[in-house]
Amino acid sequence: MSNSVFLAILVTSLATFSSRILGVITSEKIKENSKIFRWFNCLAYSTLAALIARIVIFPSGTLSEVDYFVRFIAIISSILVFYLTKKNLVYPTIFSAIILALINSYLV
Amino acid sequence: MINSKYFFKGLGCVKSFDSPAIALGCCMVAIGALLKNIGFNLQESAFSTFLTYALPGSLVMAETMIIGGSLLNIFFAVWLVNSRLYPMTVSLVPLMMHKNQPKWKYYVSCHFVAVSAWLIMKNNYKFITREHRIDYWIGVGTATWTISIVATIIGYFSADYLNKDIIIGLAIVNPVYFMCMMIGSMKTFQINFSIILGTILGPAFYFVSPEWCILFGGLIAGTIAFFLGEKNVK
Repeated sequence: MSNSVFLAILVTSLATFSSRILGVITSEKIKENSKIFRWFNCLAYSTLAALIARIVIFPSGTLSEVDYFVRFIAIISSILVFYLTKKNLVYPTIFSAIILALINSYLV
Repeated sequence: MINSKYFFKGLGCVKSFDSPAIALGCCMVAIGALLKNIGFNLQESAFSTFLTYALPGSLVMAETMIIGGSLLNIFFAVWLVNSRLYPMTVSLVPLMMHKNQPKWKYYVSCHFVAVSAWLIMKNNYKFITREHRIDYWIGVGTATWTISIVATIIGYFSADYLNKDIIIGLAIVNPVYFMCMMIGSMKTFQINFSIILGTILGPAFYFVSPEWCILFGGLIAGTIAFFLGEKNVK
């Protein structure tokens, strides 16, 4: 294992684990029915939503090579599939990969 | 030590029909292929998922390495993206706390806090008796974690056979899956509002700061949703 890659992995996991462990330490003092718990609950869902929206609207990596309009069609149609299949998670995810790959290779 | 009945029940959550395994697997295959392309060997790729187990974090690590960032750059970039795990942990662990359970279980199993396992647990905890929630959680976490590691290895080996269109197709799976799971968990005013505001403010803050937008957008959106929700309940 080369040294720099090993260190990069270690640094990444430290940066990740620190948020998790701090979360457990904080949790020791927080009651399930307290106001602060509800606040953290809101924060968890909102940061998650912010992250996903960022990935879709301002993607980095391979997804950034796909046109906005194409990404938009793929996401909206996948959410439609999600509702049409009575909120099944497998169909829309598989559908999204297929439709994006198809549009990208044949239509764009 | 760990109640096996609940552990296996948690482990079995990935076998259900709308299992997260497929979407999670697809994303991790893409990560495995990406890590191979930037020069990781097989052990390093598997080890990376083993230790980090948070998809956006691994992506950021890879991207920072591609542009030649230092270790400090990597730490900072990953920390910013993965700091969402802090509120996620705080909004999950109190639901699983029980006086009969040893503390180490919570400290060890917090490694499993990542979107898929977290959303499964948030949607199912009410069906599990409080005392055994932590054992169920360890099961859920072990299952999703194992799938991630195996999928990273599969991605590593299949990197040469995946063309660009397939990689792009795999890249959309993750956000679509998370989005559907989140829509599925929109049940209370506060949560609905948090999700909708977060979706708007996260990208909006991108224009202010691309690095801090998730944290700023999330913090402001969540706080507004909290206060509006509290007012609404009263």
